[in-house]
Order: sequence, then structure tokens, then C-alpha cells
Amino acid sequence: MATATASPSQPIPALPEPFQDWFAAQGWAVYRHQLSMVEAAQAGQSALLIAPTGAGKTLAGFLPSLLTLAEQPRTGLHTLYISPLKALAVDIERNLERPIREMGLKIEVETRTGDTPQAKRQRQRHKPPHMLLTTPESLALLLSYHDAAEIFQGLQCIVVDELHALANSKRGDLLALAMARLDALSPGLRRVGLSATVHDEDYLLRWLASGLDAPDTSVRKVRGDSGAKPEIEILDTAAHLPWSGHMAVHALAEVYERLKQAQTTLVFVNTRAQAEIVFQDLWRRNEDGLEIGLHHGSLAVEQRRKVEAAMARGALRAVVATSSLDLGVDWAAVDQVIQIGAPKGASRLLQRLGRANHRLDEPSRALLVPANRFEVLECQAALEAVRAGSLDGDPPRQGGLDVLCQHILGTACAGPFDADALYDEVCKAAPYTGLSRELFDKALGFVCDGGYALKSYDRFRRVAQAADGLYRMTNPRQIQRYRMNLGVIVEAPTLKVRLKGGRSLGEVEEYFVQGLRPGDTFIFGGELLVFLGIRELTVEAVRGKGGEPKVPAYVGGKLPLTTHLADRVRAMLETPADWGDLPPPVQEWLAQQRRRSVMPPEEGLLVETFPRGEREYLVAYCFEGRNAHQTLGMLLTKRMERAGLSPLGFVATDYVIAVWSLKPARDVDALFDEDMLGDDLEEWMAESSLLRRTFRNVAVIAGLIERRMPGQEKTGKQVTFSADLIYDVLRKHEPDHVLLQATRADAGGGLTDIRRLAQMLARVKGRIRHCRLDRVSPLAVPVLLEVGKEQVYGQALDELLDEGAQALIEEAMSDETVQGLLPI
Amino acid sequence: MSQFCYINGAELVMDRRGALYWPDRKMLVVADLHFGKGAAFAAAGQLLPPYDTAATLSLLETLIAAYRPCQVVALGDSFHDEESAARLDSDSDARLRKMVEAVDWTWILGNHDPAIEAGLGGAVTEELVVGPLLFRHEASLGAAQAGEISGHFHPKACVRVRQRRLTQRCFVGDPMRLVLPAFGAFTGGLDVLDEAISSLFPKDFRVWLLGRQGVYPFPSRALQPIAPYYAL
Repeated sequence: MATATASPSQPIPALPEPFQDWFAAQGWAVYRHQLSMVEAAQAGQSALLIAPTGAGKTLAGFLPSLLTLAEQPRTGLHTLYISPLKALAVDIERNLERPIREMGLKIEVETRTGDTPQAKRQRQRHKPPHMLLTTPESLALLLSYHDAAEIFQGLQCIVVDELHALANSKRGDLLALAMARLDALSPGLRRVGLSATVHDEDYLLRWLASGLDAPDTSVRKVRGDSGAKPEIEILDTAAHLPWSGHMAVHALAEVYERLKQAQTTLVFVNTRAQAEIVFQDLWRRNEDGLEIGLHHGSLAVEQRRKVEAAMARGALRAVVATSSLDLGVDWAAVDQVIQIGAPKGASRLLQRLGRANHRLDEPSRALLVPANRFEVLECQAALEAVRAGSLDGDPPRQGGLDVLCQHILGTACAGPFDADALYDEVCKAAPYTGLSRELFDKALGFVCDGGYALKSYDRFRRVAQAADGLYRMTNPRQIQRYRMNLGVIVEAPTLKVRLKGGRSLGEVEEYFVQGLRPGDTFIFGGELLVFLGIRELTVEAVRGKGGEPKVPAYVGGKLPLTTHLADRVRAMLETPADWGDLPPPVQEWLAQQRRRSVMPPEEGLLVETFPRGEREYLVAYCFEGRNAHQTLGMLLTKRMERAGLSPLGFVATDYVIAVWSLKPARDVDALFDEDMLGDDLEEWMAESSLLRRTFRNVAVIAGLIERRMPGQEKTGKQVTFSADLIYDVLRKHEPDHVLLQATRADAGGGLTDIRRLAQMLARVKGRIRHCRLDRVSPLAVPVLLEVGKEQVYGQALDELLDEGAQALIEEAMSDETVQGLLPI
Repeated sequence: MSQFCYINGAELVMDRRGALYWPDRKMLVVADLHFGKGAAFAAAGQLLPPYDTAATLSLLETLIAAYRPCQVVALGDSFHDEESAARLDSDSDARLRKMVEAVDWTWILGNHDPAIEAGLGGAVTEELVVGPLLFRHEASLGAAQAGEISGHFHPKACVRVRQRRLTQRCFVGDPMRLVLPAFGAFTGGLDVLDEAISSLFPKDFRVWLLGRQGVYPFPSRALQPIAPYYAL
């Protein structure tokens, strides 16, 4: 919440005296946009503030409420603040508490999250503070209490922080529904959204205004000053620039030197496994004894809080972090951000850059460290996008039907409701504006009795319509069940990791642990650990002394490249005039590609085919992200099989897909025809684990199956039932069930990969450039190096693989073919 | 493609749909039907789809039509709980009675159905001995009784083939005893690597995974632990 030091002597006419004095005592001036927010409040208007980090956004959100409460003391809840992070709410409480105390204001501020003690939560219900800081989930929980109407009557203002991170997600759906409810409980409630710079401001504006009386005029858009442009640089490594891999180990010596030159550095990586490896490597080099910390989502909460606190004190020189630190508490001391690996999106990069130097008048400094050649291109594209102020935009999504089911159940928990009134209310939430009554009734039907066509559950209704026409909960036990399962984040089950006889280090996915045998080593929390066994849902380990570790292979953490950035990479590849900024080895690599094959066109699609060993390879330069390529790989191999080409396998990266087969593909246009997404996709989707996993998440959110606690399935003799089998049975007997509709919407639209594929196939139709080559092309080398990587274990094989990789590179770069020397 | 196996000298056919057929005796064996499971959950407040009983019945009818057995043995946990038989809808109830009447039917009692109403037809027993084989719900602990055929554990197993993990229901056994997969439509599973199952086979065991077209044998050393998502 730091505010700029610019012109401290300037008077602040719009603020009353205690505020003016306090600001002056801090040496702060009020920003123009902060005053605009006050004006909006005085006019009774809602407001959307769009400003970069460091612009005093949060204070801008609270200032109007502080002024009102200072002038007109009152009791009861006045302002509700919603943050995507618990930690952020806690930090804001601390930051608000100081000015309130120093100005002698009688304003109570409290947080309410899953960590708040039971007694305090009870008290907050009958005697709420003036300002309550909470999360979307805790708000939904509050709304499910029978006394929700009393708690929220008189509420004047709701402030949604980091709106850009919430709006287009299921958590945003949950919040939008809760806000529609709040609007019914306290009409005239002002809404305030705080957002970072985004691609589609109008979407956020509509999201915030939805359901208000005059949506077009009721929200004032306030823009903060854009501040100094960030200074971004791509590391021009002196080391050999790798062809593949994501760890960037080659550059860590140089990264370490940069840590020494800065005061405090945030080192961002993309996956938790990467975080562990980078952290270990930096400590191996740490001859100067720099204080370097580690922060990722699997570490124990206490551990993370400790790192955050040390950071806040300025006691750390660097923290290696994953997206666990993308959002969060501001640390004024951070003067450098290093991004290791490709940024994957321009908005994400900008968000991370914003974590450095929370002062508008000084530029944030950042270093990008690509881990391989393709990542160099991606880093360059991202850098140019940020300089041009051009950001990624996800198309707005429809609200999740599963979230709607959860909301209806929560509404029933609070008390009897009228279906017509609830439908009208739900339609006021932005993600549900177009919701048909039919779909709403299906969701309501699911909540009542499962909504099955076979009406055999009449006697088992959860929620039933009484003679007065209102819907009521039939059994108070269902309320308990709703509260246990509330929320839209469904995590992979995890186990605690504990040092034998010592402290808890954090959590790992159970899946990973099951692959461990006692005596195996793995890296966790920056330490090499020896796995002893599982005891009472806890992994027991001792510190190890060397040997080859198995690094945690975490589920998730692999973000696909955004469409926007992919477009920029394509454009750059086709324009050799733009290559001047690239490091010489990359320029050389691209020049060779131009000589030996062609560059992937900006519009259209380059497909190369070539023989290698006993196999035929097909490499397509789609740039649609790994997930979309995985799907494409499945569909392509299916089609190649039908064409009698005998496909043997495929491998996908963020940029390209490679398929190998016994016979060469000749009619490439037919292979990539759009109708691939017809029957084949339907069939594949229905069977795919993607849909099964999606169904499981949907079923948990909607309240069909219960959230599992870690290790729960181990306690019984066997698991009670299988989500997979429910999916199969439902698909066969009732393909139009609302949960299957929700599943298809999520997998087809929400997850964007299929849509990306569809758009690509349409875009390249008739514009596929097929290049038949006699050997591998330079651009194809990185993806071919990925082949086999997943199949190789142990050190001897690694050496072989390395030899193979070297030979492959020489083959691609030399002008003479040396096929005979190559291993297959 | 079905698979043959020999348990205590008896030649048995493993069907990919999860049933066991004994040609010499024209006997069909199924385990853990869990009729009424969806409804039992619904009664407890969790509204699982109501189609499981009909789905299980249809599959059983298909198998009976295919093998034309003289004798059918249901290895216990045929009903999900004590009220499940009474809770069956009239259509399912009629289909079940018709099936039971048509053959020599034996209900073995399980932990989920410690008693079965006599009115349903069929014989009701804890154990059944036929020639070299002994049929019971749960495998006996310690040294195996020769020729023991049981259910109860809902075995599943996972193998890795060409970088893909395949997790399926399975038969698990050694030359002396065999545990059948669960037949019911909503039945979850337990990894055969779990001690509860693996300890039944002190020397070694094999599994036969149920596929779309056939049943596929694997030695125990080829197995991987099931990832939790697949176990769910």
C-alpha cells in the first residue's frame, strides 16, 4: 500500500484534516485516481480502478469507506473486501490498522478466512466489524447461514481486489453469484473492482456492472497512471544455449551473479520441480552465503509464511518462487525480477514484473532467462508485447453449471427460496446473464433430487417444494455436507511430508509418493530427503546425503503458451529483419532452417516430413500450446492409422507436434482437414481422461460426490465408488444430464484447447505448406530431442541419449548427411 | 478372447466382463453385484444416478444368455445394504426374480448383505463346496484353502504400456485361490498391490486385467501403484 513520494508538500484539498495530516506525516501525496475513487463514492457510483501494481490501488479502494466511517461513525458491517488470497487479506488488515490507529479513528477491521478461530467467526456473525476482509469461499459460506440477511443488511460497499485474477474463472462465478445475492440483501450496494492492466477492460466493467439498475452508467472507470515502463532484458548467455529442456541450468551461474548485484530479487520459475532444482543449484554456487529462500504451493503454510515474513523484513536477498507469489503481498524492497524459462503469456510476465519496485516513478527491472532456443523466441515476443502494451485476452466464458448447482444448494441452506426470484437473481450475475430458464431448472432439479429422468428418488429429495411454493432443505445434515464441500478448487490429493521426529515440510501429491520405495531419495523444500514410509497419512523422511534424487513430479503447473504470444512468435519467425535482437546462436539456427527448409508462415501452417532411421517423421509447427497439441496428436495418429500409415507415437511441445510412423504421410491437407474435430473428436473426447477428470471436478463442485480428504481412500477397504463408473453409467443412460452438459462445456469451451485447435484448423485450411525433406530440419531438432526422454531411466541410458542428441544436432546443422552415424 | 486358468485342478474361463465360468459344471460365478448401491447412497443424501441396478442386471442377463449356465453363484455383497432388496423398483425386482428362477441359483452371504430374504428365490449360504472348489465371500486369512474362489476386495491393477498407464478391474490369483473383480456398476476398486490383497498370496500372484476385447494376464512384477485419481 505504499503511495508515491511525489510532491509531498502539495496540499490535498479533497480530504478532511486528519487524513491530510496523516498523509503529510507519511510524506505521501494522494494520487489523482485515489481522489477519483472518492468522488465516485460521493456520487454513489460503483467504480472499476485499473492501475499497475504500486499505484496504491488497495488504499484507493478503501479510502472512500475510511472517509465515510470517519465522518459518520456507525455500527454494523459497512465494507466487505474480497481477495483471492487469504494472505493478502491478512496483510491488508495489518496495513489498514496503522492509519486507523494513528488517525484515532473508531473503525474495526477484521479478516475472516478458513484460519479464523471458531469463536471469532461466531462473534463476527452477530457483531460484525465495520470492514470485513475475506475470500470468495468464505463469503459463500457466510451467505449460507440462516442469519445472512441480518449480517449483510446495511452493507454499503464491496471491494473486489485483483478482479482480473478472479473474473474469468469458476471462483469468479461463485463470487458473481454471491454478489447478486448481496445485492438482493442490501439494495444499492456499491461495487468496487481493483484490477491490474488487462486486455479486455470492458469485460471487467460489464462483470462489475451486471445486475445494477443502469449498468451502462452506474460504474465509473478510473485509470491509474501507467508509471515508468519496465526495463526488461533477455539474458545473453555466454554458455552454450541448449536445444531443449526447461531447467535453464546452463544459465544459473550468470543468474547467481545477478543476485549478487541486486538488493532483493524474486526468481520466478514455471513449475515446482523447476523451483526445487534452481534453488538447489543456486545454493551449490552460493559461496557468498546470500540468503536465498524457496516458495511454492507444496511447501507447508508455516514455511511459506516464514519466507514471506523474512522477505518483508528485507532479510532475504532472493526467493525462488512459482506462481504462488504471482499475486500477493507487496514488498517494497524487491528491485529485480528474474524469470527463468519462458513466460508463457504477456499478461503473466507483466504481473510478475510488477512484483518488483512497487513505486510508480521508478521502472521495474527484469531479466528473462530462456531455457532453450524456442524459449528465446518466446521471451523476445513477450518482451516486445510488454513494451507495446499488448496483453493476452481469454474470451469470456459462460458461468459453470456446477457452480450454479452449488450456489442453489447454498441458497437453500440459508432458508426457503422462490425459484422464480432466484432465477431472476442468478441472471443478474455477469457469467449467467444469458442463462435459459430451462438450464436453471435442470440445475435446480439436480439440487433437489439428482435431476434424473428416471424419477425413482422422489423420496430422497435434498431440497423440496412445499405447499407454499417455496423450496426448502429437507434435512439439516445436508447443510453440514454443503459446508464441507463448498468451493470450486478441486485439488489432487496430497500427503504431508515430515522429517522423522521433526517438523512438517509441506505436501506432495499422493501419486508421487506411491511411486516411491523406502530408501528412494527425492528433493523437497530444497533438501535431499530419503523416503522411509507412509505413516498415518504422513510421509516420513530423513535428510539424505547424495545419490540421484527423484524430483517431485507435480500435477499441474504447466501453463500453455497464450494465443497472443504464439501469434507474436510466428510473426517474428517469418520476418528475418526482426532477428537482429536475438542471440547469435539463435540467429544461426533460424538461418540454417531457412536454407534447409522454410520458415513457418505467420498465416498457414508448415508441415515437414522426413525419414530418419527406420521411421518417417511428420513435424507440424502449430504453436497452439502443449495441451492442444496433445489432443491434436491423438486425433492425427487415429487418422493416420486409418490411412494405413502405421503411426507409432507422437510427442508435443508448446510449439510443435511430431508424429512418427512406418510409412510417410503424403496427403497432408487431408490429414489436417477440419472434420478431424467431428466424429473422431466426439469419440475421443468421450473416452479421454480429460473428460473423466473434468467430470470428477464438476461432480465435486456440484455436490454429487464429496471432496476427499488426503489419503481417505486408504482408510477403507476399498474406495466407495468410482467417479469414472458414474460417468460411464450417466453417459449411457442420460447423456443430457446437467452435469454432463457442464462437463462438456468445461472441456470443450472452458479449457480452450479444443477451441484453439478448431480455430487453427480453420485458419490453415488450404494454406498448409508441406515440405518433404531428406533429413531432420534445424527447427525440428528440439521436439525430436523430446522423443524418448520420457522413456529413458538411469544414468547409462542418459549418456546414450546425450550422444544421440549431439549427433542429431550435427546432422541438422551440417550440410552433409551423416545418417550412418546416428543412433535411432 | 477369454482366458483360461487352473485353480486346484479345475479349468476356469475368465470373461472380460468380470465373470468366471466353469465349463465342467456349467456354472457362472459373479462377485459383488451391489444391487441398489445408487439408491442406498441417495437414501443417505448423496444423489448418485439411479441406473446402476438396471445396468448390472442387463450385463448379467447378457452373460447368462451367452453361457447358458445351469448354475449361478453370486459371491456375496449382492445387495449393497440390508434394505436394498426391498428398495428395488418393480421392474428390476421382476427381472431379478425371473433370472433366479431360471437356474440353480446360490446367494453367498457377504458383509454388505449378511441376510437375504428367502422370498427372492435361490439358495442362501455362507460357503459352497463343489468338487475341488470352495466358494465364499472373502478369502480366508493365512494359508489358503485349496480351490478357494472369492470376491469382496474389488481388485484393480495398473500396468504401464508404451508410456500409458492402464488401470482396470482384474482377477487376481495363484494356483490355489482366485479373487474375482466386482461386477456391480458403481463399484470402486482396491489396488492389488495393497497389503489387504497382496498378503493373500505369500509367494506370488498374477492378475488378469479386463479389457474391451479380452482378458490380459500380467505377472505381479509388471504392476505399478494406481494413481489416486484412477482409484477414485
